[in-house]
Amino acid sequence: MNFILPRDQAEMMERALDFKGRSLWTDARRRLLKNRAAMASIVILAVIALMAVFAPNLSPYAFDYQDYSIISCAPDWWPDRTAPCIAGGAHWFGTDNLGRDLFVRVLYGARVSLAVGLIATLVSLVVGVAYGAIAGFIGGRLDELMMRFVDVLYSLPYIFLVIILMVVFHRNFFLLFIAIGAVEWLTMARIVRGQTLSIKYKEYIEAARAAGVTRAATIVRHVIPNVLGPVVVYVTLTVPAVILAESFISFLGLGIQDPLTSWGVLISDGSKQIETAPWLLIFPATFMGVTLFCFNFIGDGLRDALDPKDR
Amino acid sequence: MTGSILQIRNLDVRFSTPDGEVYAVKRANIDIDEGECLGVVGESGSGKSQLFLGALGLLANNGRAAGSVKFRGEELLGLPPSEINKVRGSRITMIFQDPLTSLTPHLTIGAQIIEALRVHQHLPHAEALRRSLEILDLVRIPEARERMSQYPHELSGGMRQRVMIAMATACGPDLLIADEPTTALDVTVQAQILDIMRDLKKELKTAIAMVSHDMGVIAGIADNVAVMREGEIVETGSVDDVFYRCKHPYTRTLLDSIPRVDHPPPPIPAEEATNAELLKVENLRVYFPVKTRGFPFRTIRQLRAVDDVSFTLRQGETLGVVGESGCGKSTLARAVLRLAAPTNGVVAWFGRDLAGLDERDIRPLRKEFQIVFQDPLASLDPRMTIGQSIAEPLRSLKPEMTREEITRDVRNMMVRVGLDPAWINRYPHEISGGQNQRVGIARAMIIKPKLLICDEAVSALDVSIQSQIVDLIRALQTEFGLSLIFISHDLSVVRQVSHRVMVLYLGRIVEFADRDAIYSDARHPYTRALIQAIPVPDPQAERAKKRIPLPVELPSPLDSRAPLSFLKSRMIDDPDAEQYRPQLIEVAPGHLVAEHDAA
Repeated sequence: MNFILPRDQAEMMERALDFKGRSLWTDARRRLLKNRAAMASIVILAVIALMAVFAPNLSPYAFDYQDYSIISCAPDWWPDRTAPCIAGGAHWFGTDNLGRDLFVRVLYGARVSLAVGLIATLVSLVVGVAYGAIAGFIGGRLDELMMRFVDVLYSLPYIFLVIILMVVFHRNFFLLFIAIGAVEWLTMARIVRGQTLSIKYKEYIEAARAAGVTRAATIVRHVIPNVLGPVVVYVTLTVPAVILAESFISFLGLGIQDPLTSWGVLISDGSKQIETAPWLLIFPATFMGVTLFCFNFIGDGLRDALDPKDR
Repeated sequence: MTGSILQIRNLDVRFSTPDGEVYAVKRANIDIDEGECLGVVGESGSGKSQLFLGALGLLANNGRAAGSVKFRGEELLGLPPSEINKVRGSRITMIFQDPLTSLTPHLTIGAQIIEALRVHQHLPHAEALRRSLEILDLVRIPEARERMSQYPHELSGGMRQRVMIAMATACGPDLLIADEPTTALDVTVQAQILDIMRDLKKELKTAIAMVSHDMGVIAGIADNVAVMREGEIVETGSVDDVFYRCKHPYTRTLLDSIPRVDHPPPPIPAEEATNAELLKVENLRVYFPVKTRGFPFRTIRQLRAVDDVSFTLRQGETLGVVGESGCGKSTLARAVLRLAAPTNGVVAWFGRDLAGLDERDIRPLRKEFQIVFQDPLASLDPRMTIGQSIAEPLRSLKPEMTREEITRDVRNMMVRVGLDPAWINRYPHEISGGQNQRVGIARAMIIKPKLLICDEAVSALDVSIQSQIVDLIRALQTEFGLSLIFISHDLSVVRQVSHRVMVLYLGRIVEFADRDAIYSDARHPYTRALIQAIPVPDPQAERAKKRIPLPVELPSPLDSRAPLSFLKSRMIDDPDAEQYRPQLIEVAPGHLVAEHDAA
């Protein structure tokens, strides 16, 4: 039997003074820092983000500068010598069908895609988790009301919703984020509500009530930390979904418009010339793929870090 | 030895884990003779289950067994699965603790028994059917033919365990390995199951290996006993030798730590009769509406979880509440604490009725009454360190305290309940069940309540840990002048701590008396059956025991006839009729007994 009897209480107390109380979050940070895949992903994402921020300084070309002499030209290091023409100069990723430098356009696309991915996901995370946890935990008529509202929004085609928003408020960069986030939170709310229902009747929730914890504090301290596992995983699925949604909206002419661009737009343009100019697809797709991988690794790392049972 | 059917020699069972090799069983030697019952006792983690799982090749993937296991002279270890399957399931069978998880949920129990017979004995269907009816009869399942077409979830725990035994004995095995077969069951049901197993042993001459943590169960059924501790067999011998003339100090400790229902416990300090009345519960009723299927309309019936319960509790007094699962004892606790809303009745706290108050008004009062839950792990938030869990009542009920004051109090309380304060940052899964229960007690006590409700607070723990926790609760009681409501299905534990004991049956009090009167002078047949059903760690007493039969099944609490199980003379035989309710009669000062038919 490996329990400790209060044999020498003074000594034990003295030793204990070296131990500061920790919280879930400090523990989670420590565990995340130990996760190599997640840390590498964070570094790669940071590099991509920095490149996006300093894009104008990294290339001699402006993102909308057109050089009609080099239309759809391969970069000069392109291994396939059958390419119609060679861009030369500092066009490291070649040029697109309007003679613009692809490298700088990919970095400008990263600005939009990363911003959309992060902001819209953040909106869906905050709204969805709060909404779902409240509906599930309070339950009863409020739950019915809140979830039926979600059902109504679900049943509206979201493109229709976005179009209405865009038409009413005019085209606006930030509105795009809000519009996508406003759609994505619905699924999040449902997931969180389901998880909340499954832990609502656990004994530790009842124990919290017996300890006089208010309902709001119970949601913050007990419910949300315990539903985070599936939420984090879903968030990592939301980021790519949002990036793709943005490209679709842009394709419809409601999102980002030329000469501004995003990864989604670059990829959809590039896919049309996949036979004649494959670099137009390969470079933006590689960037997007790497980014999504990074988000997945970070998501896995966060999920493990937030679960104290996993060490 | 002649006639030995299972011979285990130098069996090692080890598991490779990320932290290195772990030995679950070390050099175990065991012999089981024809028709013998060997009891294997040990506390959780002693390797008693792994011993047999290892011997039969049922280990988890990272486990390995080495040594020799001979079944009727034939070596079992190292046999390919196809060979060992011929032995397993027909000549050696197993029953496990949880009968619900061992039965396939989507097949009727009839189909499952018949399958066992057809696979192992190649009986034609009609023959198998006839044989399974016989076996169900043997394990005393009433209306066996109807039961055959039921699914496992439709049966009660005791019934399911009977089915498991029936399946295990269907092929007439030589050896039946029973791994804690009665641990999940109520005492009265446990007594019935043990009876059945005793009869099987006598009638079919099946050898039984009974694995249990309960010395009382072992005393009642085993011929020989092996005591295990940390993977080693520390003592073996005949049941009388082990119980009356044990040699190993560990066996002694085990035997001493068991609360005995047949021995009067050491006296506890009497509470002052003049002490203020803390809690007064009058005609408390908690009903839950239950929708029942029906045509054309669904009807809503009231499930009477707590039905007309009254008692008072003075400062410093301990009230024991005893009853089997489903008797409403936990609901009673929750209704007193207002974790469940009472349907009607009075719960008066220092004369102030709590019934009309809403959550907001109750919250400041939660400083004064706290609860310790049954499952120590489930009642602690897995994502909070134990320090945070203990601090929680202070954070919510004493917002004026600073962080430093709270941490200081938490550390003091941890030391007080016997936890190392250096563990303040540990998570519940990192410490043992007994330690988690100490955390639960620390959380309840840190706010210095006047009333502590222990809802099966020690039931999930090993006996030696159990007695430590009971001692701790009593020490805290004297130190803080606590009143206790001690809820348990285990009468012997309740007897150790309580001044007065209340016996509940389907939400109603059947007997209410002083701690000693209820044992020495039990009047109600249900109380007597309960006391009688407790296995006593005394083989001779167990053998001499006469058994009082109870109705096979606890009636459904939705059936209005249910409370009249012991007063059949006043029963109207209609499940929906409004029935007479047995009244409490004072047979002696302070001794209340519900009306019942003469036995």
